[in-house]
Amino acid sequence: MCQSVSENKDIYLPQLATVVKASDMNVTEKYLQLSMDGGQFDYVPGQFVEVSIAGIGEAPITITSSPTQSGGFELVVRKIGNVTNAVHALTPGDKLGIRGPLGDGKYPAEEAKGKNVVFICGGIGLAPQRSFINYVLDNRSDYGDVAILQGTKCYDQRLFTDEVAEWEKRDDVQMLETLDEPDERWKGNVGVVTTLVSKVKTDLKSALVLVCGPPIMYKFVLMALEEYDVPHGNIFLNLERKMKCGVGKCGHCQINDVYCCMEGPVFRYSDLATMPEAI
Amino acid sequence: MSVKKLTKEEFAKLVEALIAKDNVIGVQAKGDRYDFAPLESAQDLRLDYDVTLQPPKKFFLPPKETLMTFEIGGAYASQYDDETFVLLGVHPYDMIAINQMDALFQQDNYDTHYMKRRNNATIIACDVVTPSANVFASSMKTAVVKSGFDILLTDIGDGYVAEAATDKGEALLAQAGAADQAALTAREAVWAKNKKALNKHELECDTAYLPKLLDRAYDHPVWEELAKTCFSCGSCNQVCPTCYCFNVQDDVNWDLKTGQRDRAWDGCLLDGFTKVAGEHEFRNQRADRFRHRLYRKAKYVPAKIGGQIACVGCGRCINACLPNIANPVAVYNRLIDDLGIA
Repeated sequence: MCQSVSENKDIYLPQLATVVKASDMNVTEKYLQLSMDGGQFDYVPGQFVEVSIAGIGEAPITITSSPTQSGGFELVVRKIGNVTNAVHALTPGDKLGIRGPLGDGKYPAEEAKGKNVVFICGGIGLAPQRSFINYVLDNRSDYGDVAILQGTKCYDQRLFTDEVAEWEKRDDVQMLETLDEPDERWKGNVGVVTTLVSKVKTDLKSALVLVCGPPIMYKFVLMALEEYDVPHGNIFLNLERKMKCGVGKCGHCQINDVYCCMEGPVFRYSDLATMPEAI
Repeated sequence: MSVKKLTKEEFAKLVEALIAKDNVIGVQAKGDRYDFAPLESAQDLRLDYDVTLQPPKKFFLPPKETLMTFEIGGAYASQYDDETFVLLGVHPYDMIAINQMDALFQQDNYDTHYMKRRNNATIIACDVVTPSANVFASSMKTAVVKSGFDILLTDIGDGYVAEAATDKGEALLAQAGAADQAALTAREAVWAKNKKALNKHELECDTAYLPKLLDRAYDHPVWEELAKTCFSCGSCNQVCPTCYCFNVQDDVNWDLKTGQRDRAWDGCLLDGFTKVAGEHEFRNQRADRFRHRLYRKAKYVPAKIGGQIACVGCGRCINACLPNIANPVAVYNRLIDDLGIA
């Protein structure tokens, strides 16, 4: 035992942040822009924070903004449990606790330079991916072709519709969207997100493919990518688990021998060969 | 550092002096078993015990402790326990478990709550006098311990050999006389005896091989077979000296303005350990949870602590498990029988 307690900060203690902007994106998701009261908050795409509501608890939420954007950081929160329900009641000016940024498993910003980048997003999986999407678009000339595939269950669950519309307009991005269960308002592709893979113009085999969505989605996306011989080392999966303490101690987020909160949440698919619990 | 010899009477006086100036937590009888409890008199101390019901981990990671207090909608303030204490009678296998937890709680992200308690402790370890019914420390190379304690006591019949390993230990033993050669030889004999005798369940391979064995055993039928009768009660987690997974929960005071955030013991065997919003559970099969715990002990955690196996052979899980499926040696030996040692 060499280091003294006084040399180290309390890894469980949240720092206060203030809600700058808050708006409902749809019936279940809320957008928040936050600013740390302590000032500077440096993060990289793929990292998450533990959102703390005193009296209720914490929830791990991946940052949806890119560090290239200014004015605080952004979160998308689905209303699904005690903490997230409390988050939905927040309005600008309210305080909440934040611990982070957490997670060493980040998006491969350096490795992807000069390469084609393909994002495959399922539902709210767009939120974490958006951090790296905007990072790439803000550094557009550093990267090759960019394709974004978004699959959502139904029309009302679509997120960031304004931004998606902008991405569709850009001629340096291929934006493909599909709905599982469309209604008369939808004029686009119908089917699960894997149905979009064959429509990607860029060569998948040489691209870096980044995947994020509900647990069930990964298996099917990987099967689809297998048909294009995408090397496993080029595929990145954004895995989520019950990240309770967020600092590699409490044990809840383990995937076999790996703490998702420490070595994740973004994992290289070829590294998952030793983690049978991952997919 | 100094190696001293004390008669049983001299030692009793030392304990009384300790009790007079500090909180002493020593092993005492509890019905026909033993446990660590606040020591009021040296007469209550039972260093001849076989095994305590619970390991001493609870003094560093309490079953429930307050991490911080907060104001609803406002600031958070860390909370720490400043009380110093003496932990008297820690067996070598439990001392090794504490050393492992020390490493795990400091690495990557330093846990100030665990370490505050750890730094407030004076640990007096003692070699085993009575092997317990299910101990297998010999197989796990934890029958004797070399470091981590402030003082190590060895009962050599007519007294104790007491070795100081820290300045704190030296200070406590300052009045005692040096151990002579006969005492040192007697101590070596105790260690030699314990290295063989603490082996009620004999592991059929060297501990260094366990991670490689588990590399090949992931899909072996033993996990399903044993987990059929598993209650998911978490008793194994609770009594294990190297289990430390915890849950964090908030508690609000009656004024609805203030509250605290506590952490409490949790167990990977319990259903719901991996449950996330939307009711999805990543490890919802008992066989997966049962396998996960043994993989942590013999493969996952060793990779974080220089290869040391995170099972110290105390046998408490074997004592505690109602359907009698927790014996790690039985599982590992079964795997060795079926898969061989490659």
